[in-house]
Amino acid sequence: MPKEGIMTYPALDQAPWPDTRPARLALADGLVFEGWACGAEGEAAGEVCFNTAMTGYQEILTDPSYRGQIVTLTVPQIGNYGITATDNESRGCFCSGLVVRQMCAAPSNFAAESSVPDWLREQGVVAISGVDTRLLVTHIREQGATMAVISTDASINTAELVARAQAAAPLTGRDLVCEVAYGTPYQVTTDASKPYRVVAIDAGIKFNILRNLSALGCEVRVLPPTATAADIRALDPDGLFLSNGPGDPEPVGYLYRTVAELIGELPIFGICLGHQMLSLAVGAKTYKLKYGHHGGNHPVKNLLTGAVEITAQNHGFCVDFDSIGDKMGSGTVLSSDDKTVPDPILSAPIVTSAKHGRVQLTHLNLNDMTVEGIRLLDKQAFSVQYHPEAGPGPSDAHYLFKDFLALMAARRPASGPFTDADTPAALKESEVAYAAA
Amino acid sequence: MPRRNDIKKILVIGSGPIVIGQACEFDYSGSQAVKVLEEDGFEVVLINSNPATIMTDPGLASRTYIEPITVEFLEKIIEAERPDALLPTLGGQTGLNCAIDCAEAGVLEKYGVELIGADLGAIEKGENRKLFAEAMERIGLEIARHGYAYSLADAQQLVIELGYPVVVRPSFTMGGAGGGIAYNAEELREIVTGGIDLSPISEVLIEESVIGWKEFEMEVMRDRNDNAVIVCGIENFDPMGVHTGDSITVAPIQTLTDRQYQRMRDASIAILREIGVETGGSNVQFAVNPADGRMIVIEMNPRVSRSSALASKATGFPIAKIAAKLAVGYTLDEIDNDITKKTPACFEPSIDYVVVKVPRWAFEKFKGTDETLTTRMKSVGEVMAIGRTFNEALGKALRSLEDGRAGLGCDGKDIFTDESNFTEKLTIPNQERIYYVAEALRRGMTAGRVHELTRIDPWFVDRLVEIVACQQSLSGRALEDLSAAELFAAKRQGLSDVQIATLTGATEHQVRARRKDLGVTPHFRMVDTCAGEFAATTAYYYKCYESGDEHVPATKSRAVILGAGPNRIGQGIEFDYCCVHAAYALHDADFETVMVNCNPETVSTDYDTSDRLYFEPLTYEDVSDILEVEDPAGVLVTFGGQTPLKLARPLEDDGWPMLGTRPEAIDLAEDRQRFSAVLDELEVAYPPAGSATSVEEAREIARRLGFPLMVRPSYVLGGRGMVIAYDEAYLESHLAEAARITPDHPVLLDHFLEQAIEVDCDVVCDGTDTYIGGIMEHIEEAGIHSGDSACCIPYFTLSETTVGEMREIARRLALRLGVVGLMNIQFAVKESTIYVLEVNPRASRTIPFVSKATGVQLAKIAARVMAGEKLADLGLPPDDRRLERYCVKEAVMPFNRFPGADSVLGPEMKSTGEVMGAAPDFPRAYAKGQLAINYELPTSGTVFLSVCDRDKRAVVGLALSLRNLGFDIVATQGTAQVLEAAGIPSEVVMKKYEGRPNVIDRITNGEIALIINTPFGQETRSDGYHIRAAAIRHRITNVTALSAAMPLVQAIAARKEGNFDVCALQDFEVAHG
Repeated sequence: MPKEGIMTYPALDQAPWPDTRPARLALADGLVFEGWACGAEGEAAGEVCFNTAMTGYQEILTDPSYRGQIVTLTVPQIGNYGITATDNESRGCFCSGLVVRQMCAAPSNFAAESSVPDWLREQGVVAISGVDTRLLVTHIREQGATMAVISTDASINTAELVARAQAAAPLTGRDLVCEVAYGTPYQVTTDASKPYRVVAIDAGIKFNILRNLSALGCEVRVLPPTATAADIRALDPDGLFLSNGPGDPEPVGYLYRTVAELIGELPIFGICLGHQMLSLAVGAKTYKLKYGHHGGNHPVKNLLTGAVEITAQNHGFCVDFDSIGDKMGSGTVLSSDDKTVPDPILSAPIVTSAKHGRVQLTHLNLNDMTVEGIRLLDKQAFSVQYHPEAGPGPSDAHYLFKDFLALMAARRPASGPFTDADTPAALKESEVAYAAA
Repeated sequence: MPRRNDIKKILVIGSGPIVIGQACEFDYSGSQAVKVLEEDGFEVVLINSNPATIMTDPGLASRTYIEPITVEFLEKIIEAERPDALLPTLGGQTGLNCAIDCAEAGVLEKYGVELIGADLGAIEKGENRKLFAEAMERIGLEIARHGYAYSLADAQQLVIELGYPVVVRPSFTMGGAGGGIAYNAEELREIVTGGIDLSPISEVLIEESVIGWKEFEMEVMRDRNDNAVIVCGIENFDPMGVHTGDSITVAPIQTLTDRQYQRMRDASIAILREIGVETGGSNVQFAVNPADGRMIVIEMNPRVSRSSALASKATGFPIAKIAAKLAVGYTLDEIDNDITKKTPACFEPSIDYVVVKVPRWAFEKFKGTDETLTTRMKSVGEVMAIGRTFNEALGKALRSLEDGRAGLGCDGKDIFTDESNFTEKLTIPNQERIYYVAEALRRGMTAGRVHELTRIDPWFVDRLVEIVACQQSLSGRALEDLSAAELFAAKRQGLSDVQIATLTGATEHQVRARRKDLGVTPHFRMVDTCAGEFAATTAYYYKCYESGDEHVPATKSRAVILGAGPNRIGQGIEFDYCCVHAAYALHDADFETVMVNCNPETVSTDYDTSDRLYFEPLTYEDVSDILEVEDPAGVLVTFGGQTPLKLARPLEDDGWPMLGTRPEAIDLAEDRQRFSAVLDELEVAYPPAGSATSVEEAREIARRLGFPLMVRPSYVLGGRGMVIAYDEAYLESHLAEAARITPDHPVLLDHFLEQAIEVDCDVVCDGTDTYIGGIMEHIEEAGIHSGDSACCIPYFTLSETTVGEMREIARRLALRLGVVGLMNIQFAVKESTIYVLEVNPRASRTIPFVSKATGVQLAKIAARVMAGEKLADLGLPPDDRRLERYCVKEAVMPFNRFPGADSVLGPEMKSTGEVMGAAPDFPRAYAKGQLAINYELPTSGTVFLSVCDRDKRAVVGLALSLRNLGFDIVATQGTAQVLEAAGIPSEVVMKKYEGRPNVIDRITNGEIALIINTPFGQETRSDGYHIRAAAIRHRITNVTALSAAMPLVQAIAARKEGNFDVCALQDFEVAHG
């Protein structure tokens, strides 16, 4: 692909519907795809990434972690089963845009309530179909994630679109969490008579996490990411949950510093960005992956049990385990060149964090040997980079929620419901309706 | 957990002959497994009765036994080889059943053989529907409401609760044999009665009908650490009610939400755990009610299957290979992903294309049978195609079928014969349904109405709407008026050049030229298991009309091997075997080998077999596209049967270099007139013949030659449309049909040599020398298709003089025709005159059998010769050496799948597969062949004899032998008279039309152990027909040719003596090359 200059690929299909408008996807490096608008009209900029999951476009599109990103789906035919409100993973779409090979406007599934193009328009998501997604994916694989613009405005010339892609602010260094988190606290109930009371920090939380916690008997108070340690202590929760969220974790200092304060006080469980928050809190550094992990088929080895889980993944940044502190014990160094996975338990590497004691690597991505999970050996905290809550993706790692429960139970018996149920009723109902679905 | 070092020697069971429901996918699975186990240092002992397989190549397993797959022979092998373990999950239901029988007979315990890769309890739980139902209940999964019946009364009682229609499934039968859907009391009676008969435990399941529900399959793998992955989810285009083997199927699943899919995924893994499949692959089938999403489990198979082969080809994830590694101790995370080489096998493939499988039927061979597609599989093969969308993949699949079609209609072949029953063609599943659906849409039927009538999911119907709309947008327009964008759109909708040509009134060549002018050319993409996330290194390609070629430039000269396409009768695994051997040999000859094929069941479409694999249709268009990319040094068209052969001429005309025998020589052998001239020139006898282009001409030739006549269309395989005409009336009635088959070619009429001995001869010629690979003496006389008759190496009644003469004729013919590579000759010997019936300068169906029998790998040798080597340099054993063991090839017939079709053998081939029996003498070898098919031979009881006048003299000796063997004889009036005259006692039994009780009653009552009944002429729906039908229904050995009866009697005698040995191919007393 030319680094300089513009390379344009024509739309792969003819206009799929009579009134379809053309659209273009322009990458900062000059690669341009013509296609058809299959969502909202307008322009959207973001980092273009790809997701290889074969089902679950709706869950992907409503995952707040995609904030700032244009999602390319590798499955060629999208929209086949439409949209079902109960499959939403948050209150709306947060991704910048959507790129597909082909879009279906007439879904076929008993659960379908609307078509994807209609829903995208409702959600204001700019989307393009007719793109050679395979070519785009292999380009991203080779060149790394890049900024891009989708536009349905035919009056803008291509060079200008490329320039706009180049001008778009990259993800690194940006705090996207504050853009997706819900501003007010809300509560998710459970059927359990004496529930565990859990504070979940919403950095862009997925509903399926709330559904999982609720199903296991947790009443969850969801707080904004700016909640302070004092706020959390005031609620006296049995455990603290750190949610997934978008973008670069390092700018989200307000959150990981809060976490650092609370480590050791109560059981903590983090997922995705929550994992990065815990890691940063114990002194880790994070780095950007070349093109991230987005899909539903990554093998992750649980180093404590030797079991391999097929996992849902969605992250562009990654924790550098060795940066936490000095190695101790007989931990084996793992690199992408040496795929020998160490024997479980004894050789899951351990490092020492300056403030929080021993930290153990518990989960490893078998595709590229990156960090997928850690636990603190001297405090009650653990986290994983992938998505045990699924939605979309396999539910192989559901046990982690139970581990969190066990950690809370080991500390003290379930405390029962939060006592200061001061959440606005209207909000509570709407959110709970989703969460309980 | 690493490799088990306590196991050294592993016994693997193959699946036996190719039959409907169990085809060469098990050769693919078995070969992969044997290969990977041998590579890992295990000593593999293999048993398979099918010589046409790659897995039985002597170089693959350490010890290869081509023996009947029965407990008796398995025990002999175990006794001789003392394996540590038995891996039974690679040989289909046959292998699994035999392993269970062995275990239950105490054989495994006796010799301390451990069952690996499967657990008897798990197999039973998976296959015993009662245990399965209980297991599903324990894990909270629903199955269809059901009950068991052991009698018709039981079944009727159940139907009162369930209501019609009900599905009837006999327990423990293969490929759904004997099952069906009963809509009324009459059908219930028919299916239940037949099903109870077929079930080894006389049991049928009666269940609520879920006809019209969506059908899905999941291919799951699990290891001993409880790691589990879904390799592939498959959605059926045809809803429930059609056997999945007869359904068009699609991967990945298209119409399930993630939540619905994950529920199915979780259920699949839970089922493996509950059933107890500790390691290996399984297939789980689900039905989903389209109205409310209610999901029920249909069944699971705890072994590799046809679907697992498809899933492997569809995703690049080699299920059988990995199943074998799991069985010997590895876990999924310890095995590399072959395709990426960088990531582990413990993952779930993600695919960024759509795969469509379409079954191939052969109803034209079985006139009179019900062609409705039901829960009982009837297809004989399948094709798979890969495209970026369902639309594109479907078009490619339909033009891969080798049935003359070039896509979803608009190909000049749209004939809707059933106008009056047009709607019925939509509502009742049948092999043409998809074409009727497309036509209904063309005629303006709404997608909604099509869905109502067919229950095909609206998503699929909508895609057909798009394809039809694209066709209609081109229809009637001039080719030169089409823009590049329109042509691109058509290609992306899966339209072939032939279709575009038909729609625009142009020729295929014009379309191709126009496309190229406009830059509408394809690109090749990789099947990489990971949707592009990681760079792949395996050269496994499919074609699409998008941008960005992923094709890796080659470093060596390329040899392109064109495969055989879908399995069908007349063209089966034998040709795939030849193509695979060619790939091996040409790779060794330092070519980069390129395989093109579209049959997912085969070894040739394993990405391991050749250096590059193109999973593409074998049409002129698709092959030309590949050749343009590969620019090969040579194209091999003579190994894949008729499919690539018909491309030889057009490809050579385009300037592509052919390997070996030139198309000119093929034409010379095929053109009867020119070929007769060659035979005259060489002073070789042949039956007087003539070639007719009209009925009048045919009549004239018939008068000249005299009846009986062999009537054949030219350029056919498997004797399609061939008959023996005994009189003028029949000749004329047949001609209309034969002429319709190949209108461009004349019909050939040969004088039919009655009661001649037929001999097959395979040779390799390098242009200078000729190597006689094998001379096979047929058991059945000339007139029965060579593919359907048994034959033996070495010959057992021919004189040395005759054989010497044949060898000489073969040499002279090969040189005269200019054969470089393989050639097959069919001789007939009558009254010591040798006639040449037919010469085919290409790989024949008998190549694998000959290679196994003689130990000389003819296909490999031929490929090397075609690449320029000389026979003299190959160090071959003398081709006239006397072989130590008699090897009999016997054909396997599918008549039990086609009730209503006549099972009499004739010049049109009907068998699906073959077995081989080898022994130090002919009778025992023949007996083994029979045992390999029917598992047992009748050794006592009553024989029913009824022969035509022609055979009456010979029947006496036969009857005498049978009496001596202790059989009682019942005979029809005429035959009984002959026996009485000879002093042989027999009981007279009435024919069907003579009254009752008649012979049919006797057969039905189980009073007949063996039937010898020879027909005469063109009797249809005669007494003989009913006897044959009854024989098939009650699984009684029925011989329809006296020439086969004598060997059978010898075999029975040998069987009664016992004394059957087993012998590994590696121990055959000849050098294995």
